[in-house]
Amino acid sequence: MSEVKEYKYIGQRSIRPDGFEKVTGRANYGSDLNLPGMIWGKILRSPHAHAKILSIDYAKAEALSGVLSIATHDDFPDLPVEAVVAGEGTANLRDLAQNLLADEKVLYHGHAILAVAAISEAIAEKAVNLVEVEYEILKPVLDIREATADDAPILHDDMFTKGLEEVPTVASNVAARTEFRKGDVEVGFADADIIIEREFYTPTVHQGYIEPHATTVSYDESGQSMVWCSTQGHFDVRASTAKLLGLSLNKLKVVASEIGGGFGGKTIVYLEPVAHILSKKSGRPVKMIMSREEVFKGSGPGSATRIWVKIGAKNDGTITAMQSNMSFEAGAFKGSPAMLGGMTIFTPYDVEHMYAECYDVVVNKPKVAAYRAPGAPQAEYAAEMVVSELAAKLDIDPIEFRLQNAAKEGTQTIYGPKMKAVGLVECLEAAKNSPHYQSALKANQGRGIAAGFWFNIGGMSSVTINMNPDGTGTIVEGSPDIGGSRASMQMMAAEATGIAMDKFKPIIADTENVAYNASTGGSRTTFATGMAVIEAGEDIVQQMKERAAAVWNVTAAQVDWIDGVAVNTAAENRLTAAEICAGVGRTGGQISGRANINARGAGPSFAVHVCDVEVDMETGKVDVIRYTAIQDAGKAIHPSYVEGQYQGGAVQGIGWALNEEYVYNEDGILQNPGFLDYRIPLASDLPMIETIIVEVPNAYHPYGVRGVGETGIIPPLAAVAYAVSDAIKAPVTDLPCSPPNVLKIIQSK
Amino acid sequence: MTKKHVSTTINGDAIEFLCDPNDTLLDVLRKELSLTGTKEGCGSGDCGACSITLDERLVCSCLVLGVEAEGKNIGTIEGVSNKDQLHVIQEKFLEHAALQCGICTPGLIVSTQALLKENSNPTEEEARYYLAGNLCRCTGYDKIIRAVLDAADVMRGAA
Repeated sequence: MSEVKEYKYIGQRSIRPDGFEKVTGRANYGSDLNLPGMIWGKILRSPHAHAKILSIDYAKAEALSGVLSIATHDDFPDLPVEAVVAGEGTANLRDLAQNLLADEKVLYHGHAILAVAAISEAIAEKAVNLVEVEYEILKPVLDIREATADDAPILHDDMFTKGLEEVPTVASNVAARTEFRKGDVEVGFADADIIIEREFYTPTVHQGYIEPHATTVSYDESGQSMVWCSTQGHFDVRASTAKLLGLSLNKLKVVASEIGGGFGGKTIVYLEPVAHILSKKSGRPVKMIMSREEVFKGSGPGSATRIWVKIGAKNDGTITAMQSNMSFEAGAFKGSPAMLGGMTIFTPYDVEHMYAECYDVVVNKPKVAAYRAPGAPQAEYAAEMVVSELAAKLDIDPIEFRLQNAAKEGTQTIYGPKMKAVGLVECLEAAKNSPHYQSALKANQGRGIAAGFWFNIGGMSSVTINMNPDGTGTIVEGSPDIGGSRASMQMMAAEATGIAMDKFKPIIADTENVAYNASTGGSRTTFATGMAVIEAGEDIVQQMKERAAAVWNVTAAQVDWIDGVAVNTAAENRLTAAEICAGVGRTGGQISGRANINARGAGPSFAVHVCDVEVDMETGKVDVIRYTAIQDAGKAIHPSYVEGQYQGGAVQGIGWALNEEYVYNEDGILQNPGFLDYRIPLASDLPMIETIIVEVPNAYHPYGVRGVGETGIIPPLAAVAYAVSDAIKAPVTDLPCSPPNVLKIIQSK
Repeated sequence: MTKKHVSTTINGDAIEFLCDPNDTLLDVLRKELSLTGTKEGCGSGDCGACSITLDERLVCSCLVLGVEAEGKNIGTIEGVSNKDQLHVIQEKFLEHAALQCGICTPGLIVSTQALLKENSNPTEEEARYYLAGNLCRCTGYDKIIRAVLDAADVMRGAA
């Protein structure tokens, strides 16, 4: 562990610099841009879950007065089978194009087929309804078991399972098999005094951002276009759109609007390339906004899963072996986070023998997108449920049981590297000592404990800090601010330069005004873009010292930089940053600091959650009555926004555990594409979410930062579901713990 | 479709607009009048992002027709602050970090203002139920509730 440092700015609870625009309604989000001459695009979506498209006749739509352009799959050039960045994973370019506008088949209810642009939304909608599509309806597969049955309808004739020992000769809905192994689980299980195995189910869920996907695209005659959109990564929107349409990157300027939530779901393109086609064909700016129903039907849910877990332990509480076989639904195209499930499922534990097999399975549902720590909530849910059950069977306190087996510095992970210094033990200790854990439960109440692990990522970030003649500065960064990251950039710039926080204004530049930045995802922004801000700040300090040295006719080595002021160690002269900036004309021109980095050394963030529930035994309704989220931040730059990530993750996880699920009928028609029936948590559903910030510094970041955005959604699934098990005295395996599901378990006891 | 002429008052300004009979008030605010502070999250009255007041009554503007604004007094997020001075509720949302992405914030602030007009001293539970029609996916509501209760305290003290 590195020494505890004293900081002047970071660790404060400052007012976020972009807050004023956001509390007054001035901030502009995805649907807020209007351009002169702008028209409206609408998408025709499949009413079927699985069908061949025999013909599309859009003559009537095209003839409708006010319709200016139509886009179909044929508008895409021939595309190579090539991977493009899509959130925390990659997507195949051809699959992406087929997802944007279907080619020969529709693969889920809501699959986009064609788009129309017209002078009003009403006309565009009317035109969409005039399109005639002839289908040959096929039987849908809606679940992993159906998809893997011997006689299952096959979604893609050219998909053969990858990763099998024998190369398959028959097409399959299983896209890939991956495995992770350390030691030999058979040896481990032979050593165990007790073994528990169970199979778990988690349903398809949606990220549920309140802002629907939206874009405005304006193409001009020179071949240049401007794409305004709500995205977690405008550079990746540029890359995908350019690849899909065969454009060079300098033809596309992508502007990231303010973003109204993403949680991983706004890392891939749904509308932008389509709006680009419509704009080019019509010669007019085109705006497209998804309805809420379209968001549910056509944009990235998180995978449903079936996960079998087997864990063995000795009577003294030592876990001897952990094994899993997990299948993740990918939706209509391959690429679920199954592999990430395998890498994370057992990582909170230091156990000699582990084995995880992971299957990526296509079904007739929307293609999944990243969702906050993709793959980990489902996988770790299954493992944590069994760990808690083992602790209970062994009559060991569930926190003590986890402490006894906890991953720590030096632990060999199942996926390769050894753990650096991590804070799981510290989180478990904090949980054990919390007032919540020491409180007593009443009748019909239960308690669940769960741990969570997520890697976090670093990646490429580019930052320029331009100093103004009065000593203030603009932080030009390129990471869309999804939860207050501008505040942390401002604080880190101040810390690195010694110049007061309010002298810096952070802005999110478009793709033409800052060099490439990877998406805001993988909990990377405060870590990686923050690291670039610090480096750019240090660059400014160096230049300030050189300029002061030039004024004083000394060497830069003879200049100290103390709290934003240059001090001449030889003559006791002082020059403030403002004075240096005012005089740059005499010392060599303007000052700007720059950093273009590929940040390495992202530190994993562990979490431990404690959840109390009360169950109404007559109805099966579960109320969360107390909740504490404990997580290692490394160093909390802005504690309020760190707590906010813990609380927000916890509540998304609570929703996943208690209510949220896509409901399909047997034909594969989504029954609940709206917030009334897909019920995310309301204010009235919840207690306050208590938080404890643990700080075990990440040695690879100048201030010790670990990403904090994602881990918080991992523990709630098991913390809530185990608390329900504890209250009803019967095991829960399938989510959600909705009243009918819980009542069924109570009644079948 | 022949457009309808509507005379109304928005945030104290006398406003006239033309709209189709089936345009929602939300569409009119955002598209005709460029008052884009009022947000659309669902269009079906489930999320509260488009909350406004209509003659002091809190409503989802996506469930009101533009023509229903005739002769009414409309309050939107753009009218909450006073010149360059934020309203206490807005200040408390910032101070408590009660917003992350900020898309639900205008609706929540308008709803909170309506809550505190009806009940100047709400309990945590009363605040949670009053604001149950305003969905927030980022914060888990904890910091929102703290901001609302703190704003209520300050406003009572100031009143």
